[in-house]
Amino acid sequence: MTTGKPHDRVDGRAKVTGQARYAGEFSAPDLVHGVVVTTAIARGKIVRIDAAEALALPGVLQVFTHENAPRLAWRDRSWRDMVAPGGSPLRPLHDAEIQFSGQPVALVVAESFELARHAAGLVVVVVEAAPHQTRLAEVEAEAHEPARGKKGYTPPPKPRGRADEALAAAPVRVEATYEHPALHHNPMEPHATTVVVEADGNLTIHDKTQGVGNSRDYVCKVFGLSTDQVRVVTPFVGGGFGSGLRPQYQLFLAVLAARELRRSVRVVLTRQQMFTLGYRPWTRQRVALGAERDGSLRALVHEAVGNTSRFEDYCENVVPWSGVLYECPNTRLEYGVAPLDLYTPIDARAPGAVTGLWALESAIDELADALDLDPLALRLRNYAEEDQDHRRPFSSKALRDCYREGAARFGWHRRSRAPRSMRAGPLQIGWGMATGIWEAQQAPSQAKALLTADGRLHVASASGEIGPGTYTIMSQIAAEQLGLPIAAVRFELGDTALPPAMIQGGSATASSVGSAVLAVCKALQHSLLKLAQTMPDSPFAGRGLDDVVFLDRGLRLRSGTADAVPIAAIMRHAGLGSLAEQATAIPDMARQSRYTSNAHSAVFVEVAVDEALGTVTVKRVVSAVAGGRILNPKTARSQILGGVVWGIGMALEEHSMLDHGLGRFVNHNLGEYHVPVHADVPEIDVLFVEERDDVVNPLGVKGLGEIGIVGVAAAIANAVFHATGRRIRELPITLDKLL
Amino acid sequence: MNPFGYTRAGDVAEAVRTAASDGAAQFIAGGTNLVDLMKERITAPSRLIDITRLPLRAVESLPDGGLKIGALVSNHDLAYHPEVVARYPLLSQAILAGASPQLRNMASTGGNLLQRTRCYYFYDAALPCNKRAPGSGCPALAGVNRIHAILGASEQCIAVHPSDMCVALAALAATVHVTGPAGSRTIEFAAFHRLPGDTPERDTNLQPGELVTAVELPRQGFAAHASYLKVRDRHSYAFALVSVAAALELEDGKIAEARLALGGVAHKPWRDPTAEDLLRGRSPDDALFARVGEHLVRDARGRGHNDFKIALVRRAVVRALQQAVAGGSQA
Ligand SMILES: Cc1cc2nc3c(=O)[nH]c(=O)nc-3n(C[C@H](O)[C@H](O)[C@H](O)COP(=O)(O)OP(=O)(O)OC[C@H]3O[C@@H](n4cnc5c(N)ncnc54)[C@H](O)[C@@H]3O)c2cc1C
Repeated sequence: MTTGKPHDRVDGRAKVTGQARYAGEFSAPDLVHGVVVTTAIARGKIVRIDAAEALALPGVLQVFTHENAPRLAWRDRSWRDMVAPGGSPLRPLHDAEIQFSGQPVALVVAESFELARHAAGLVVVVVEAAPHQTRLAEVEAEAHEPARGKKGYTPPPKPRGRADEALAAAPVRVEATYEHPALHHNPMEPHATTVVVEADGNLTIHDKTQGVGNSRDYVCKVFGLSTDQVRVVTPFVGGGFGSGLRPQYQLFLAVLAARELRRSVRVVLTRQQMFTLGYRPWTRQRVALGAERDGSLRALVHEAVGNTSRFEDYCENVVPWSGVLYECPNTRLEYGVAPLDLYTPIDARAPGAVTGLWALESAIDELADALDLDPLALRLRNYAEEDQDHRRPFSSKALRDCYREGAARFGWHRRSRAPRSMRAGPLQIGWGMATGIWEAQQAPSQAKALLTADGRLHVASASGEIGPGTYTIMSQIAAEQLGLPIAAVRFELGDTALPPAMIQGGSATASSVGSAVLAVCKALQHSLLKLAQTMPDSPFAGRGLDDVVFLDRGLRLRSGTADAVPIAAIMRHAGLGSLAEQATAIPDMARQSRYTSNAHSAVFVEVAVDEALGTVTVKRVVSAVAGGRILNPKTARSQILGGVVWGIGMALEEHSMLDHGLGRFVNHNLGEYHVPVHADVPEIDVLFVEERDDVVNPLGVKGLGEIGIVGVAAAIANAVFHATGRRIRELPITLDKLL
Repeated sequence: MNPFGYTRAGDVAEAVRTAASDGAAQFIAGGTNLVDLMKERITAPSRLIDITRLPLRAVESLPDGGLKIGALVSNHDLAYHPEVVARYPLLSQAILAGASPQLRNMASTGGNLLQRTRCYYFYDAALPCNKRAPGSGCPALAGVNRIHAILGASEQCIAVHPSDMCVALAALAATVHVTGPAGSRTIEFAAFHRLPGDTPERDTNLQPGELVTAVELPRQGFAAHASYLKVRDRHSYAFALVSVAAALELEDGKIAEARLALGGVAHKPWRDPTAEDLLRGRSPDDALFARVGEHLVRDARGRGHNDFKIALVRRAVVRALQQAVAGGSQA
């Protein structure tokens, strides 16, 4: 078996030696460079753009603005990408209107990057500001159901029972409001696009994107090009976390410039400009829980309002988890979006779930405290055995094992119940926990494969590699199916010339693209078996795929002593130099829709709080995950580690700070937007519990990209409460809140 | 970034001459601050005068028992210099509390003194800022001022000086050696940096063309009882919200001499000799330390988001003094 083994990343060497090329690293003869000019007002209009000084510099080719940009597609539909929310997407350089601070208003193109950057500083943008609003509390009353259109968004389920009455009647109640600020993704690689104008005028585009097909289709629709005129090639992405799901403005600007100038163009955003892209929305949530004295939940109300822009209704699944995770007869879940004069938010790792579970799992902890019950015992008491909202079973749910194994590893039974009851020297110690949940999904994807007589296998699909280890696990799946060493397999992705795949997001690549790889390898198996059956005295005559195995570069019967037949011999006999297949994996909706499929986790955290100074140190984390079958424990663990680290950041450090007077995020650099550094990250113990699931997809995987971060912020906040007796309901938990 | 000229200075005289002849030229040492400022168009020097070849890399023991540190000694080399570790642990601790190993390898002693504030508004050329563009206004006053000053600020500017090293140098009563067009002079550390007043664009009292050549430490290093406490938003690689350099000389259970300086609270490292007076001659105890903390913030003024710094100073002073008595570094 090749899957299930902790295989090193097949692209690891390329990455650490700089061989792996990222979007802003591709080049072309006579490449020119674009630098973006942005505006600093949140709302208003451009009165005038004076680019004369910039244009006067030798080597500056053009300054594109709304005044000279060509008229392009005029319908919103053409600007809406595959995962756009409802509304009217940003059209960069479209008109004089300014809709958010940081909006791109010009692109300066010059022969060198340095010159373009200098010239960009000389462009004078005269604006007329209009009143703006960036305070969520002020617009909460305007919260509304999001306009339709966003893929993957499901409105909250209908209320079950009578939650408000049950709440009022419950012997024990907790109710609180939880809030977290806007959070920017800050992947290591800034957004960048290199557009190469080929000799025939066609465009080859290297774009930082989680979906090459999405970027290609967007460019075609906006610029009125056909798909054979545009090819998007993105073999590596230096972290996406959702920020690369939608085409970002540098793609548009680079293509615009390349077409107008008929030159290859590269546009790379600065770190500061990364704060002008989408973000995890600022969200306020109210959770009210009512319970019997024994801890049985009687009522659950979860209402959330997230911010969006004035021109699109970004939305995410914040509250539905609350109806699924615990058994409760009376629930009311509500969600709305409220517009601010900011750019549209965008999915960020485990969008919605991170937000919802921060509130829900904090509230559960508050209830445990009110009941004087162990927080884990309370969760087990209300463990949901089926999806009450959809009245269907779970395809699998090993959350109980996460709780049990995680608690054992952490030593949870040694926790003393009362807040402020554990200390280490002068420090208060707190132990907290929370649950994580994420949806297991599969989307249609295709793959092709070419097996050559020398025993090499080339598999390809237009998937992405934002870092989870896609190259590696796809190679593992293919190698295993055909009994080849992993070194004989080459997996190719990130190219619109390849068979289309789902956009890389939602933790669904392993399930979707993996299933396509599985399917195309099965097709090869089938062809090889048929060919083998034509060999003289074939031991395979009359046998089906179930009777044979592919092992050690050969085919043999599963039982019996017959010798294996090398794949090379089969192909030689058939006179074939190569064998090609293509396959599509489509989710079995008839079967899948009869179940609810989620990945789960249980996160246990120890913090130490220096109460005099308010500082919190995370001392250790145990994350127990039920994610279906684990294809590669090494890359799987890395996914969880990364999620936990981001969760630490969300809990304690991250904050895109808005200056409401200016309507602008002001700490727009990594010096002042704090993310965890090594000294903030303790030993993280990741364990995967056994979970079999033959419903989710043929591989039995649930995806691991998101689940690692879900629940971490609540677990930390709960630990801080246990340490200090202070409940912080507004993230991040910075030291001033504990003084 | 704007185009600029470049001169590599061969000796101190040439460096100073070049600077004096071009008022818009700037020295560059490690470049860890200046290059960022240039990229963001916060500053646009006409010319960079590269001083990295000047012979200012020595750490010398002086006959009177002091220590003279060349302006180009890197923060790394200084923090780990045996004389500094043994005799001035406060300085070593403060430097190591700052930045990252990579930055400390590049950063110089002189550059550390002259690094500029990390105020969000100063760092964003699209916004007004009296320090960057005098007279344009100060959005921090009514804006996001979590990291801003509570002491010695003005209505023109509430930025803070970001250095850790300088807080220790203030406590140690260092002197700064400079050479300018009018010759060489020394400046008491307390008089080196300025409060913002009506001229927040001026961080220091250096005159045009003056080059920092060295920093001198007096003999008294407080080796037995010194502690640098840095309180920040994460455990490393963040500027101080509040820091305290505390140094004591204990004799027969009494405080014979005391030094206290604060970082993260003002436009300059904040040293208040009257707070030190409260300590001198007394027995160290928590109630006394609390009084000193209270005394230090008697004129403090919060601006909203940074109100917490007032309480934090009180507590951090107590902790730093406790640590100094115990002879240790930050827990
Ligand atoms: C991400 C980051 C985090 C940091 N964190 C911290 C921290 O936590 N604590 C801390 O204290 N510091 C921190 N620093 C700041 C760092 O200490 C300074 O950038 C560094 O000390 C500057 O030294 P340099 O030699 O690189 O100066 P340069 O960048 O070369 O110069 C800075 C200024 O000093 C002037 N200058 C340099 N040498 C002389 C001289 N001899 N005479 C006159 N003028 C001179 C230059 O003209 C320029 O104006 C951080 C920096 C960064 C980038």
